[in-house]
Amino acid sequence: MASLKDLRNRIASVKATQKITKAMQMVAAAKLRRAQAAAEAARPYAERMERVLGNIASSITPSPESPKLLVGTGKDDIHLLLVCTSERGLCGAFNSAIVRLAREQIGRLQSQGKTVKIFCVGRKGYDQLRRQYEKQIVETVDLRGVRQLGYENASGIAEKIVARFEAGEFDVVTLFYSHFKSVISQVPTVQQIIPPVIEKKKESSGPSVAYEYEPEEEDILTDLLPRNIATQIFRALLENAASEQGARMTAMDNATRNAGDMIRKQTITYNRTRQAMITKELIEIISGAEAL
Amino acid sequence: MAVFPFELASPARLVFSGEVDQVDCPGAEGDFGVLANHAPLISALRPGILTIRQSGSPKRFFVRDGFAEVSSTGLTVIVEHAVPAEELSSAELAKEIEAAEDKLAAAKDGPSRDRAGERIAQLKQIASQLSGAGAAAH
Repeated sequence: MASLKDLRNRIASVKATQKITKAMQMVAAAKLRRAQAAAEAARPYAERMERVLGNIASSITPSPESPKLLVGTGKDDIHLLLVCTSERGLCGAFNSAIVRLAREQIGRLQSQGKTVKIFCVGRKGYDQLRRQYEKQIVETVDLRGVRQLGYENASGIAEKIVARFEAGEFDVVTLFYSHFKSVISQVPTVQQIIPPVIEKKKESSGPSVAYEYEPEEEDILTDLLPRNIATQIFRALLENAASEQGARMTAMDNATRNAGDMIRKQTITYNRTRQAMITKELIEIISGAEAL
Repeated sequence: MAVFPFELASPARLVFSGEVDQVDCPGAEGDFGVLANHAPLISALRPGILTIRQSGSPKRFFVRDGFAEVSSTGLTVIVEHAVPAEELSSAELAKEIEAAEDKLAAAKDGPSRDRAGERIAQLKQIASQLSGAGAAAH
């Protein structure tokens, strides 16, 4: 049986851990608020972008000369999975959930005989995917040094992807990230970004407006499409940032509560042991006195 | 004067949203003004100054890399970067010009070199416009 001193040490160490998890929870809560505000502020831009793209895409008829970023390469043999995860751990199943989704997709594509390439954003996803798919990872982007996530980060990634796409390295690009639903619920999400999935407008909305284009539609499209990819990636990164903090907050809240439970149990054991010792000493004294 | 809804959105935030009288946009093929009931139009924008006119003094924003969309529901401008013109420092603009010059140096083929060169000229024009306006105000 553990001595009193051992028990005391154990309680002290759990208390220290609890302090750390409590602090991490509060830091995550503060960061979450900022990340959530950033994600919400970026939403109008992404929505307007989607609408403009939808308007243009529905007004042109797909032809072999149409930009490949819009209509695709006509094949779907090589897939690129863009897996966005966080740079830090201790946030529950946040990273594992995204990686699991990506793994499922990889398995499905490979069983169909497709080639899969992986582009990792964030160290955690890279670490997990590296074990199994080291050779398929074409590039990783590390955002650890980034304090405030900016549009430049996303457009940098988008540029790399577009350059590789134009070099004919793959046909379809799919984005993996975690959609921030609420503090306690983050949904791992799959989104195809090349070619973009454009929602068909309902017929009931009447004849689509005839826009005038300045310069030509094609010129606008070649400018707009890479920008749309950057926007989608930017949105995914912001959603991810908010989700990560939300997941960490929940995980640390659980850890704090667990530590509390543990302290309570240990304290009871400690008190019982202490009382047992006192009783034992008393019995020794009394029986010693009786013997005289 | 008839007013119409106008929105200026950048990735960082929705910069402006409200009813306005007139908006002057720096279009890729020349400046254009948008009034209420303008015909549907989608235009690329060049780096430049966007002016919003409404009751009171006009608001000026420096915008770059984006589009303007005029539809029956009003005007929407989506740009990668938008700052009020008075907050735009010449240092920031100089940095932009430098970035554009780097791009020119890195450009391989003709068209991209042309684009980069054009961009430098546009940015320099803004710089001179702003310094001119600043001098006039003093």
